[in-house]
Amino acid sequence: MTATYNTAKSTFWRGYREGLPFILVVVPFGTLFGVVGTEAGLDIIQVMSFSVLVIAGASQFSALALMAEDAPTIIVLLTSLAVNLRMAMYSAALVPHFGKLRTKTKLWISYFLVDQSFAMSIKEFGERPDQPIDNKISYFFGIVLAIAPLWYSSTLIGAIMGASIPDAFSLDFAVPICFIALIAPLLRTLPHILTAITSVIGALLLAWVPYSLGLIIAAFFAMMVGAYAELKLEQKNAS
Amino acid sequence: MPLDPTKIWYVITGLAIGTFLIRYSFLGLLGNRELPTWFLRHLNYVGVAVLPGLIAPLILWPAATGGSPDLARILAALSAIAIGIWKNSVIGAVLLGFSTLYIVQFLTA
Repeated sequence: MTATYNTAKSTFWRGYREGLPFILVVVPFGTLFGVVGTEAGLDIIQVMSFSVLVIAGASQFSALALMAEDAPTIIVLLTSLAVNLRMAMYSAALVPHFGKLRTKTKLWISYFLVDQSFAMSIKEFGERPDQPIDNKISYFFGIVLAIAPLWYSSTLIGAIMGASIPDAFSLDFAVPICFIALIAPLLRTLPHILTAITSVIGALLLAWVPYSLGLIIAAFFAMMVGAYAELKLEQKNAS
Repeated sequence: MPLDPTKIWYVITGLAIGTFLIRYSFLGLLGNRELPTWFLRHLNYVGVAVLPGLIAPLILWPAATGGSPDLARILAALSAIAIGIWKNSVIGAVLLGFSTLYIVQFLTA
């Protein structure tokens, strides 16, 4: 039993070490969210509530942007939740590994199921599929320990700095730049490029639609364009 | 314009609960259910379908300039897109985007 315990423990720290490079992404984004949130008029409690309760940067930024446009609450929620829908795929992909755990463990795993913890875990479980379940859990939470505390604390630092940064720094532009940084590396396949182009053109053409609904309509069509293009490409490659 | 605190809290609460339910969906609620292929195929593109449309107006009609197009912001966005695609680098896109923004703002000031 001691051996298993040691292995789980060392797996935890291996997860931690392998999660450390993400500091380079997590800290700047967390700080930026704190800064931008404060600039948008949120107080520290509200900014921290976003980062602690939601713990999903892209959707937090999109909620801020839409609230600043005075979009209705329901539209803010629908759009920002759409940004997080990819996590349903993460949840499904982890069922073979974590599906049979106690509910309490699954609740914690779900709360910490972010891009980085998912990507690293799925890679690890693919490379070492037969390791004990305790090791898999340890690895996951090792990654989480490397990134989550830094996400919270960098948000706090950003929120404290926020109000003191002069307008000349054009921090309003941090949100578009962050989203470009997240999306651009995905624009490597034709379906993704077509989706992004449809989204941009649709959102601009439909900017007149009230309640920021134009974006949701544009996103809906863009999603279908991407899926259709992927299907066509697959059929073409198969034939 | 100051944001309404009640609205902020509705958004925080709704987004927190909704996001958690998305994450817990299959692990806790739906179990090992197979999803139809067409559904997964669409899900794959949701992020790329929403975010570009969200930021396009922020880049072309920024509130900071009263909604008129601003050369510095457009060039900054293009350079961030270019470096993001070319170098596959999140941090690189942020750094180059802001560098371009500041340099062009300085040169045109």
